Amino acid sequence: MSAERLKSLLTEAFPDADELDVQDRTGGGDHFQVIVTSPSLTGLSLVEQHRRVYEVLAAPLADGTIHELRIKTKGST
Amino acid sequence: MSYSEKIKDVIDRSDVALFMKGTPQFVMCGNSDRALQALRRAGAPVTAVDILPDPMIRQELAALSGWPTIPQVFVGGELVGGADIVEELESSGELEQTLRERLGDDYASRRDEQTVTL
Repeated sequence: MSAERLKSLLTEAFPDADELDVQDRTGGGDHFQVIVTSPSLTGLSLVEQHRRVYEVLAAPLADGTIHELRIKTKGST
Repeated sequence: MSYSEKIKDVIDRSDVALFMKGTPQFVMCGNSDRALQALRRAGAPVTAVDILPDPMIRQELAALSGWPTIPQVFVGGELVGGADIVEELESSGELEQTLRERLGDDYASRRDEQTVTL
């Protein structure tokens, strides 16, 4: 999976994100680092924030397309 | 007991449960190691569970916690998160705070690190 495809899934889910970055950590299309800063994450615990990201990427996570995912999330106002 | 019951049992009975790939003596994944090292630095009394012996363990754990990735860290029966969250909480000082709040001020002296097999 390309980082661009992953980014478009996240952009769709977090249209108002202040920061949205996806890095392919190894160039192999299966180890990613995702950064999301969005007002829709404000007030949520880190567990809940990461759950939101996992929900968006549920399909590629479940079928093994994403082998490893690092997540950094933040709420914003 | 089914895996699901055994997993629930470990989560409920352990101060700190770490579901990981491999064991603390032989870690099989960088992210499991990141979580383990952060917990060790905080002095957490870790009960480690290796999920690799049977793919069903991982499947039933994910169904139970609603968390799709490994490692998973539970403190006082509650999901704290994976490696990224544990490291983030460590750097903000919230990891020790969470351990104190859920386990008491003496959490570090409660038990040595141990590994359980499901």
